[in-house]
Formats: sequence, C-alpha cells, structure tokens
Amino acid sequence: MTVDVAEPEAAHAGAVPPPGRAATGRPAWLGQHLGTAVLAGVGGYAFGHYLGNLIASGYVRVVTAAWNDVAIVLGLLFGILGWLAGIGAFNYALAKLAGREPVHADDPPNWTKYFRYSVEHKTVGMQYLIMVLIFFFTAGLLAMGIRTELLSPTTHIYGPGTYIEIVGEHGTMMMMMASSLVVGPLGNWLVPIMIGSRRMAFPRVEASSFWCFSAGYIVILSALALGGFPTGWTGYAPLQNQGSAGMDSYLLGFGIVGAGMILAGFNIFATIVAYRAPGLTWGRLPVFVWGMVTTSFLLTLATPTLVVAIYFGILDRTAFTELYVNAHGGSSYLWENLFWFFGHPEVYIMALPGFGIVAEIIPVFTGKPLFAYRIAAAGMVGVGLLSFFVWQHHLFMSGINPDMRPLFMLTTELISIPTGFVYLVGLGTLYKAKIRFEPPMLFCLAMYFNFLIGGITGVFQSDVPVDVTVHGSFFVLAHFHYTILGGLVFAFFGGVYYWTPKLTGRTLNRKLSIWHFWTMFIFFNLTFFPMFLIGLFDQPRRVFEYASDLTTLNDFASVSAFCLGASFIIFIVNFVWSIWIDPKRAPANPWGSKGLEWQTPTPVPPYNFERIPVVYADPYHYGEADAPPVADLEPANLAFASAASNGHRAAPVVADAD
Amino acid sequence: MSDDIESQGWTRAPAGPTAGTGARREPHHFRRLFAMWFVVSLAGDLVWWFVVGPHVPPGTMTTQARGAQFDFNVLFLASWVVVSGVCIYLGYAFYQWRASRGGPDPVGGPAASSNVRVQTIWITTTTLIVIAAFIFGTVQLILPQGAGGGEGPDPIWKPTSDKVLPIQVIAQQWKFTYRYPTFGGMETSTLVIPADTWIAFHVTSIDVIHDFWAYQLGVKADANPDVDDVAYVHTSGQLGSFTVRCDELCGIWHGAMFDYGKVVTKTQFMAWGSRTERANADNTKYLPPFAWTYVPTANTTTGVTADTSGQAPYSRIEKYGATPAKKTVTSPKTTSSTFTTT
Repeated sequence: MTVDVAEPEAAHAGAVPPPGRAATGRPAWLGQHLGTAVLAGVGGYAFGHYLGNLIASGYVRVVTAAWNDVAIVLGLLFGILGWLAGIGAFNYALAKLAGREPVHADDPPNWTKYFRYSVEHKTVGMQYLIMVLIFFFTAGLLAMGIRTELLSPTTHIYGPGTYIEIVGEHGTMMMMMASSLVVGPLGNWLVPIMIGSRRMAFPRVEASSFWCFSAGYIVILSALALGGFPTGWTGYAPLQNQGSAGMDSYLLGFGIVGAGMILAGFNIFATIVAYRAPGLTWGRLPVFVWGMVTTSFLLTLATPTLVVAIYFGILDRTAFTELYVNAHGGSSYLWENLFWFFGHPEVYIMALPGFGIVAEIIPVFTGKPLFAYRIAAAGMVGVGLLSFFVWQHHLFMSGINPDMRPLFMLTTELISIPTGFVYLVGLGTLYKAKIRFEPPMLFCLAMYFNFLIGGITGVFQSDVPVDVTVHGSFFVLAHFHYTILGGLVFAFFGGVYYWTPKLTGRTLNRKLSIWHFWTMFIFFNLTFFPMFLIGLFDQPRRVFEYASDLTTLNDFASVSAFCLGASFIIFIVNFVWSIWIDPKRAPANPWGSKGLEWQTPTPVPPYNFERIPVVYADPYHYGEADAPPVADLEPANLAFASAASNGHRAAPVVADAD
Repeated sequence: MSDDIESQGWTRAPAGPTAGTGARREPHHFRRLFAMWFVVSLAGDLVWWFVVGPHVPPGTMTTQARGAQFDFNVLFLASWVVVSGVCIYLGYAFYQWRASRGGPDPVGGPAASSNVRVQTIWITTTTLIVIAAFIFGTVQLILPQGAGGGEGPDPIWKPTSDKVLPIQVIAQQWKFTYRYPTFGGMETSTLVIPADTWIAFHVTSIDVIHDFWAYQLGVKADANPDVDDVAYVHTSGQLGSFTVRCDELCGIWHGAMFDYGKVVTKTQFMAWGSRTERANADNTKYLPPFAWTYVPTANTTTGVTADTSGQAPYSRIEKYGATPAKKTVTSPKTTSSTFTTT
C-alpha cells in the first residue's frame, strides 16, 4: 500500500500539493463525507422548497393541486446542489475562485474513503459498484412487486396508481443503473490500469459523476413520497405534463443521472484517448477498453439530448411553456423524438460494455487468442455509430412521416451486422479451444445465448408489419429484458466474478458462484421467455389487468421471477461472506490471464504503477510458447519505451496531478 | 442457408496448422455440425410452418393481419436457422472442446487469431440476410398499404379503392369512442365494421397519447392529441369479434382501457349504422361537428369541418343508396377538454 508516489508528483514542477487533510490526523467524522452531504441535501431541499413557494405561491398548474411544482423542482435542485456541496464537489472550484491553492487530500488508508469525495479511480469504482448493486436490488424488489400484482388478472394487490408508480420506478431505476452498470464500477476501476495509466484524465469529473449518480438514486426514490409518476421510464408528454409532483422527481432524477453519465463518459473517453501507456496502440487495446471507449462516446454525445428534453419538461411544468402540448403550439412528438434520440444510443450504452466484457473474458478461459480482434473492435465502433440513426423505430406506430419507415427499418437491421461481429469473435474463439467452465466463463457464455434470443427478436420488431402486432406489447418487454438483463447484466456478473479477486483481493466461493449462475440463468429464461408469448397474445406493457386466459402464462412468469429474484440472494450471501465475513486471499492471477491489470500487485497501490509501463503486445497471446510479454512494468528509461512502441506515437507518460 | 456457409468456413480454415498437434485423428467437425444443424433447422422450420404458423397472431381477419402473420412466420423460419446454428455450434463446442475432456492444448498464433476467409464469409452472409430482410419488410409494408400501422395525417400508402369507409377513433383517458362520418357523425362506444371492406381508421386523442390496437385486425396507430393518424385495413370475409386495447401508457387506468369490436356483414353493418344513427340523433346534435381532430381551442361553435381531400370517403350513395344527413350543430363538445389546468 505504501508506495512512494512523491517522485512523479514532484517531477511536475510547481504543482506539488501541500499535505492533505487526511495526513493531519483530524478525526474521520470531521470534514466532508456522506453525512454532511445528506445534511446539506436536506437543507438544500428545504431552502429550495421555501424559495419556490416564495416566488410562485398560488401559481399552480393544476387547479385543484395540493402542490406547487416550482417549489418541488427548486427543492430538488437545491437538494442536489446541497448534496454535491456537502460532499465537497465544489471545493476545488471555490478555492480557485477565492484565489487560494486547493487542498489536495489523498484517500485515507481505511474504509472511510468510500464515504468521501475521492478522486482516486479505484475508490470511485468501488463506490460505483456498491451503488449500482443498491440500485439494481432496489429496482429488482420493485420488479417482484410488479410480478405479484400480475399473479391475477383481476384481483389487485395495489390500486392502479400504485401499480403504475412501481412500474415507473422499476423501469427508470433499472435504466439509470444499467447505463452506469459497467462503465461506473469496472470502467472506472479497470480502465486506467488496463491502459497503463496512473490515473484518470479528469479525476474530479470522475468523482462528480459518481456523486451525481448517487444523488439520482435518492431523487428518483423521492417520487414515491410525492405521488409517483404515471409515465413509466419513457416519460411521454403530454401525460408528463399531467403527472403529479412525483413527475418532478423523475425529471430531476433522470436529469442528474444524465449529467453524471455525460461526465463519466467524457472522462473515460479522454482518458483512453490521451493516457494510454507507450506502446499501447489502438490495435493492442484490450477489447474491454474498446467497449468502454465506444460506450463513453455514446454517453457523452447522446445523453445531452435527454438533458435538453428534461429541461423542456421542467419548463412545461413550472413555466407553462407548453413545448409538448400540441394544441398550444408545442408537439407531443418533440419529447418522443428527443427522448428516443437519446434512448436508442442508450440501449447500446447498455449493450457495448457487455460485448467488451465477454470478449475480454472468453480468451482467458479458452486458452486461445481472441479470434478476429479487429472485427471485435470494428463491431463495437459500428454499433456505436449506427445507434444514432435508428431511434425512429420506436415511433413506427406513432404517426410520424411514413416515408421514414423503410429507412429506419434498414438502419435498425444494419445494426445486426456489427452485432454479429461480436458473435463471430466469440464463436471463433471457442473453435478447438480448451474451455474451462469457471463462473465468469459461464456468465459470458450465457450472455451469448440470451443476447441471441434478444437480438433476433429485435429483428422481428424492426420489421414494420410484425411490429404492428408486437409494438408496445410484452413481446417488446421480453426482448429488451433479454438484451439488458440477459446480455448486459449477465456479462456484468461475469465481470464481477472475474475481477473481484483483483478488486478486493478476495476469492468468491466457487460453489455458490456456480449455484448463482445456474439459478439465475434458468429462472431468467423461465421468467422472460413466456413473456414473448404473453405479448404475442395481445397483452400490452404496463397493464395491471389482463385477459384471464393469460393467467397461466403470467403466473408461470411471476413464480419464475420470484425464483430469479431469490438467485441474487445467493450472490449477496456469497459476496458478503467471501469478502467480509470469511475472507480468503485470492491468488495473484487466479484465472491465468495475460491482462495488464493482473500484473499489478493486489491491492493495487494508489496511482497504480510506480513507473508508466511499456506495452509490447495485446493481452491475448494464449497458446503461444514464445508469446511476447504484454508489458514491461519496470521500463529502464523512456527512450527505451518509445523505441519499444514500434514508432507509434506514445501517450503522455508523466502523471499530471491536476 | 446462412449457417451452411458459415459452418463451412469454420472447419476448413484452421484444419491445416492444427493437424499435427493432436495424437488422435481430428474428426470432421464441419460434417457433424452441418448434419445436426441441417436436421434441426429443417425439422423446426417444417413444424413451425405447418403446425404453429397458421395460428400465429394476429390471424387472418384482415389482409394486413394475414400479411403480418406471414411476415412473422417467414422471419421465424430464418431466425430458427440462425438460432439453431449458433446453439448447435455452442453445444458442440462445450462438449467437444471442454477442458475436462483433456484434449490437446489449443494452438495460438496468427492462424488462431484471425481467418480472412471465415470473416469474409460471415460478414457477407449477415449482410445478405439483412438486405434480404429489409427488402422483404419494405415490400410487405408497402403492398398492404402501410400494413395496418398508423401513417400519420398524410398517408403515402393508400388503398386504390374509392370505397373506403372512414371511422374515427377518439381516445381519451380511459376509453375509446368511435365516430362514423358517413352516418351523420354519430359517436358510439362500440366499434362495428363491415366485412370485405377497405376501412380507414382516423385515430386521434383528446388528452394524452394513447394507442389504438385492434389486435385481430392487425391495426396499431398512436392517438396523439391534435393529430389525425390514419391506418388502412381491408377486412376479409371473416366475421366475429376482435379486441381493442390501448397500447401506449396513458395514466393509471391504462390497463383497463380496452373493449371489443365486431366484424359483421355489409348488410348487417348498414342496418346497424342506420339504426344507431337514428337512436343517437338526440345525442349527436350536441356533439361538436365532425372534425379530424378535437381540441378545445380549435373547435369554434361553427366547428372545423372534415377535410376529406386526398382520400375517397366511403360513399353510401354508391354502396347503399343513402345520403349522409346534413346537420347543423352549435354546441361545442363539453367533455373534450384536454388541459383545463391553468
């Protein structure tokens, strides 16, 4: 742990930071941490609410409403600002404004760092990991609520309003979670190490992305206290204009998570472009990093559209701009187009990281090089670019200009070509391999099966005549659960099982891991496969009542869903037991991977590398007796480094603290 | 068809460099895979086409529904070929090349890292499949006049028949009502349509976005406020009832927004229409004049008249020898307010 990091810091003349606060020996509860963030957030809400009532009391949108949207929106806005200020997100900028040199603090060497505004990418990665799991399990419990209601076609557990609240919360939280599921924890933790960098390009941007993301969790949950929102995760206007105060939570919550997504994407993209170690050419980049760079590209460029759409929605609800109201000069299509222009790249934000993970892991457990590396990278880039040109396939039935239909059918189907590349890569790597069915490998292979079903049913929906029947039905619901839960989440768990020995230095129990895999895989398929049939038999999404002849299928899906939910208990038990209760030290490289991240000591010291490594080869030279070493972690000098990089332009090598 | 070529690529290429490494003779993976894939994909496709296919929703109540069913089945046949190919390959690989079987160590190097031939075949095949799917889907969209999907206010794929029955679908939270301009603009809460007729559904909303999904008819069109979303459908000779559901989340009672419609013979339809028009006359005169959209601020006391330009309305004179009733209506519709909010 105690690696001397002073030397490269000092090399950056003039910016030697003064000793950090952590070094002053002040008690941990003083200073800024989660507690002050909560306090400031609550204070901010109270202030904003007061301010809103002050400037807009009696200015209500719905005549009989008992709330003032201006007060709610300002309350949430100042609550978020308070949360960020309370954790210390503005300290650096404020200090600079005040003309003082900002105080730089390294992470304290204990668990309290996880509750602070840390700019160390590994700490942020762990914060993200715990937060996405909290998101995932909260939203998963809501899914159990949905399936409970759907046990009976006519006997109701909740009122219809509560049911729609639950559906909306489940969908929105899962979408927020899934867009950061891999980029947040694994991306932040692994990317700098995989590319041989001592840190992220913009550590404070990275830290603020996490604290925006976690603020989103509280804001979106606050909708439950404010009457929920009736629109589901898609938030269609003008129903949005009609929604009660919970709709403001949806808008602010999605907005702040969106801001976090832009920040996270921006930072990771810049890091990968500018901070690769000497010799790490684009042709040697681990495919997981290819997944991250394409995902960050989408996060940075697609999410602003969401933020704009949300800004318009807030204006509609507070200043009565009526941007989404046809009769008053706005358009209900405006939200649909803005939302899906973000929403479809968003779908690939939730697919590309999964592709990256499986392509990264499969070579390790086959003992073979990754088949068609260039095709894998091209596939991810192709999916990323095409994803901006398909959004109107969500609007085939909406009454948009029908001329557009063949075009968007074509672009949508074209995406299956680069997606097919990912299959070519996986299947080719399995050919004449020596497959070890370890838990990470099982999850990755399952992803290939699930995404196959999810992807192929997507082709059905891209076909307009078939879409007339399946659009908006449970068929669509089954399709995107197969791609997101079956694809991304399976790949994510594959990644968690694969990298946990690196992230925590602990070994997860193999038997429990395998139990988790099989229960999750079986019950996932038993839950969602019947939903294709339910959808074909005319059950629309988001209904609390359905045709009685679909009871059997719905009950089957519900019971399977409960078992699927239970499978995650195995994971939680395994995770908590293996990491905190009965920790067992993991071997340095338990899977025999050639990846650069496995060559660093565990735990990875702050600033990762004592010296910037020099990369010689991609990390997939399995099955070669005289394989070149992937990297030299102790390069003698930088002249040697640039010679070894085969004339490719070397990335910046001096870690820059600011 | 697709995996045939793909599978060929798999085996032929790496056979050379690995031949000498294994002690035992390398089996013909390609032949095995091809045999399994051929049997499974052919059997599955035959079962689907002859046993399952004819029952696939949305059925055959309209030309458009039949087209959607045909499309679904064709896509299924092609998908099954792909899915069975990939699954058979995966299963074979798991069995044949599992580590616990103790086979030879894989050989790395350039031969295992890429294979131009395999890659070219794969990319060419998937591209051809995609282009075929696009051409097929476009033809199937245009030939049945938009395939029952909502084409918006300016449809481009229209029936050539001059006997198209216009029916307006008005969605509101949380109910569908239907207006028949050819029967004096009467509004009903039940949807009755004649068999063997071209029908133009003019779907609109008076509050939020809904979606008119006439399941067995193969019709789906969003109901946007202030928008006239047109979907064409040609009913076959099949009589009976069909389901109508709202397919776009429209608020808390979205799940309860459904009803049933009926396809009857032309004679029955005419009788029903005339009877209902008379029975509803007292109500109809309080409705706003028939218009393609209804928005509180747009409908004055004189109303917005129906603009039928660009399409031939269903003519009762031609078909049934009756004349549409001329009516003068003054009162605006009182229940159609969308945003009584400010």
